[in-house]
Amino acid sequence: MTDIHTHAEDAHDNAYAGLLVNDAHWAFGTSFEDPLAGVDTTIPEGVDGAALAAYCLMLGDDALVLSQRLTEWCSRAPDLEEDIALANIALDLLGQARLLLARAAAADPAVVPALDAASPVPDEDRLAFFRDDMGFRNVRLAEIPNGDFAQTIARILLFSTWRLALFERLRSSRDGVLAAVAAKGVKEMAYHRDFAGRWFVTLARGTEESRRRLVDGLDAIWPLWSECFETHDVERAVAGAGVGVDPADVNADVEAVLGQVLATASIERPERGALAGVQGRKGRDGRHTEALSPMLAEMQVIARAHPEGLW
Amino acid sequence: MISPHGVATAARSPQSQEERTAWEVASRVVDPELPMLTLLDLGVLRDVAVDEDGGVVAAITPTYSGCPAMATMRDDLVRELQAAGFADVRVRVVLEPAWTTDWITAEGRAALTRAGISAPGRVRRTSGPMALQLMPTRRAIRCPRCGAEDVELTSEFGSTACKAMYRCTVCLEPFDHVKEI
Repeated sequence: MTDIHTHAEDAHDNAYAGLLVNDAHWAFGTSFEDPLAGVDTTIPEGVDGAALAAYCLMLGDDALVLSQRLTEWCSRAPDLEEDIALANIALDLLGQARLLLARAAAADPAVVPALDAASPVPDEDRLAFFRDDMGFRNVRLAEIPNGDFAQTIARILLFSTWRLALFERLRSSRDGVLAAVAAKGVKEMAYHRDFAGRWFVTLARGTEESRRRLVDGLDAIWPLWSECFETHDVERAVAGAGVGVDPADVNADVEAVLGQVLATASIERPERGALAGVQGRKGRDGRHTEALSPMLAEMQVIARAHPEGLW
Repeated sequence: MISPHGVATAARSPQSQEERTAWEVASRVVDPELPMLTLLDLGVLRDVAVDEDGGVVAAITPTYSGCPAMATMRDDLVRELQAAGFADVRVRVVLEPAWTTDWITAEGRAALTRAGISAPGRVRRTSGPMALQLMPTRRAIRCPRCGAEDVELTSEFGSTACKAMYRCTVCLEPFDHVKEI
């Protein structure tokens, strides 16, 4: 590496100079790095590494899949500010996903898809790009198509209120990595929730059309809401071991916050039953709606075409 | 590592002349996205240690989970420390405690304002659940250009994960505000 660009040279004169001097500065990783480099990833005593990894995949996939969905809004949002907001929310979730998938790989290397020995693809990327839909453990609320802006806002409100409550409890996880990811994520999720909550009320109190769209959007995603509070065996195990959170335990807290928003917006809870699973199996079991697989195809196609690529 | 006022400081005083030198070199490395700030002023540089064999280990923490600048920060630190004569340089990630804007130093805040970016206010600490805020965020901030207090929020999100966008209603200039986390 020669002719390295330093910021001091152009920080206050030409904003474009840096683009021309050193392309490596702008490329996404001239070399990858371990997002957990130097972090203690020892599994706490009495905790099953496989269960911890499975749990990290659940939380990581929730974030990864919704992040990808929100990214579909890039250049398509109602205005520039909201376009940037949705992209920022997606970026926060992608960061959480990266740490959680890396944590899953460290806790149980067996979950990482095998690639050719020469492949430089890091573990968290292998998990993101080289698993098929049935390997994903996200709740189905995260994967369904965006719908319109109102439906997107309703989903961010539900998802971030729920995930914030999970993370608030996860801060005291016996697993130091999960506790740290949660402590950081709490600040991010609260910001997302409040953003979505404000838009929810704005749309509800806006025009007849904005209110109609919001009501329809909430109605469309409501059948996937109760799944978020169903306890999977993995969640029961990690909650019992003091490293995870049983989602059933946050139900009352989440509904209380959601009730505040709905009351302010004068919107009733939809009366719609839960979307059934496949023989009782749902997102956490790797059984998804038909929407996930096409979304993953788009997300994964480049990485799969170049399994030895460096990004 | 964190003083009672929440300001980033060295974890401990340097143990050797070499460590002092390494700290000084690392302290000059600037943030890739806020180049008016050093990583130290931003509160992202958490530690610099030199072991008995002369190997340097610098510790950095991400501002946001999805901070895309971590690799660049690492590369910049490695390059500057190697240029200063340290052959063996490693950079490790610290996730805990989570970064807060309270760690941005007084010098860092002044540098932000000089660059036309509004510095963050103090973070209100809560121990329990994060309270729902359905009203627009109210921040007591001034326009970094003309000093007016009459400013309005244009977007809660901005060009990087750490910023919101404002507009001064007096001088009419838009500006970035580093949001409190």
